Order: sequence, then C-alpha cells, then structure tokens
Amino acid sequence: MKRDSIPILRVGDTLLITVHTELHDTVAEAFQEDVLGAIERSGAAGLIIDISGLDMVDSYVARVLADTGRMARLMGTRSVLVGMRPEVAATLVRMGYPMEGVETALGVDDGLALLATARVR
Amino acid sequence: MDAPVDAVERFTIQSESDIALVRRRVREVAQELGFDAFATAAITTAASELARNVWTHAHGGDSAIARVLDGRRKGVRLEFRDRGPGIPDLPRVLAGGYSTARSLGLGLSGSKRLVDEFHIESTPGRGTLVEVTKWARY
Repeated sequence: MKRDSIPILRVGDTLLITVHTELHDTVAEAFQEDVLGAIERSGAAGLIIDISGLDMVDSYVARVLADTGRMARLMGTRSVLVGMRPEVAATLVRMGYPMEGVETALGVDDGLALLATARVR
Repeated sequence: MDAPVDAVERFTIQSESDIALVRRRVREVAQELGFDAFATAAITTAASELARNVWTHAHGGDSAIARVLDGRRKGVRLEFRDRGPGIPDLPRVLAGGYSTARSLGLGLSGSKRLVDEFHIESTPGRGTLVEVTKWARY
C-alpha cells in the first residue's frame, strides 16, 4: 500500500485526518510518521482523526490510534478522535479496551468545537 | 459445541495480510447470516484478535470459518490452530492481565468477551487451538 493513502487536510490551524483504509501491518507505522511529519510541517495546534469509515477497530488498531494521539500530544498538538461508530465503541468496551485518556467527539464539527474551546481556556 | 456444521472454509495464516483476509470473510459470512452491526463487529473483531495472535505468537497457523445451525439459531464458528510455543499460564492470560508479546492477553481475554462460546486448548511447546462461536440474535 502506498504511504500517501491516508489524506491529511488542513482546516484553519487543525489537521484533519480521515482513516478509511485498514491501519494494519506496515501501514500503521507509516501512518504515524506521516501524521507527525504533517504536524511538524504545518505547526498545527490541533489534530482530528476521523474514524467514521472504520467498521472494525481491534486492539491493535486501537493502540495505533491512541499512540498517534499521544505522540502528537508530546509534540504539543492536542488530538481528538471523532466519528467512532456505535458498534465499534460497544466492541472496544466489551473487550476491555476503552481507550482511556483518548479525547473523543461525535463528529468532525464537534471535534473542531472541542479544540476551539480548549484553546480559549 | 456439537451443533451441526455447514460449509467450512479453511484459511492458512502465513503472512500479516492473511489476518485481513480472514477478517473480511468472517464479516461477509456474519452478514449473510443476518448478524446485526453489533454482532458483526464483535465476531469480526474477535477473528482479527485471534488471527493476529496466531501470526504474532506462532508465526502462522490455520483457521476455519464455519456456519453452524442449532435448531432455528444460526451462527459463525471460528477455529484458530497453531504449532507455536503454547501458553504456559492460561488462566492468567485469559484474565487479561498478562502479555508476553504485547497483545496476547488482551487478544484472548477480549475475544472471549465478544463471543457466545469460547474454547481453548494449549500445550506449552506444542501449540494452541481456539474455537469460538457467535450466534445471530433475532
């Protein structure tokens, strides 16, 4: 799979990443590196990862997503995971992997609003 | 675990991409049997965890996807078999508080919670067999 398969958009001072390919295997590390590189280049204050296109998130993908947010935070960029489908949320909690410490919002708009309020505080 | 078994499909897991292959087929079968989105996500995720365990801990193995019929109930039964190192402390692993190579404990305890029936046999030095069943809800 090509490294540039996951599009990264800039909305104001926030980066928006829409994940719709499977984050498995070798794609996962490339994904994290692409995201961190984009943060450095853009100087984005916020990062939104939209997973509304994922119909399954296992513990491996959940860890990749959570780690990406942690890496962004280490760099100084706040990240929000948005668009998790109901069946994905139910599955993660039932299997005992509720992704604690990861900020979430219902959709992209809510994620942007969350980042905006955070900046005012 | 002795409900009549219909059409069995067998897969070999010998690369990481085979995990996605098994997962995709499990999703299709679950949807064909009328599983709702929640049950489909549950069995697909369990398949992904178990297939990944086979790959990560035994560097490969075999899996089977079967449709099972029990009276009016329809379900999916999955089997994962490897000849890897086995699991020395199964109760602890199943409790989810144990992880030799990262996700073994989470994968097993997590998938156990996602299915209706869970069966595991593991012999240290010989390998592991995991069989799970998820029934469609009506």
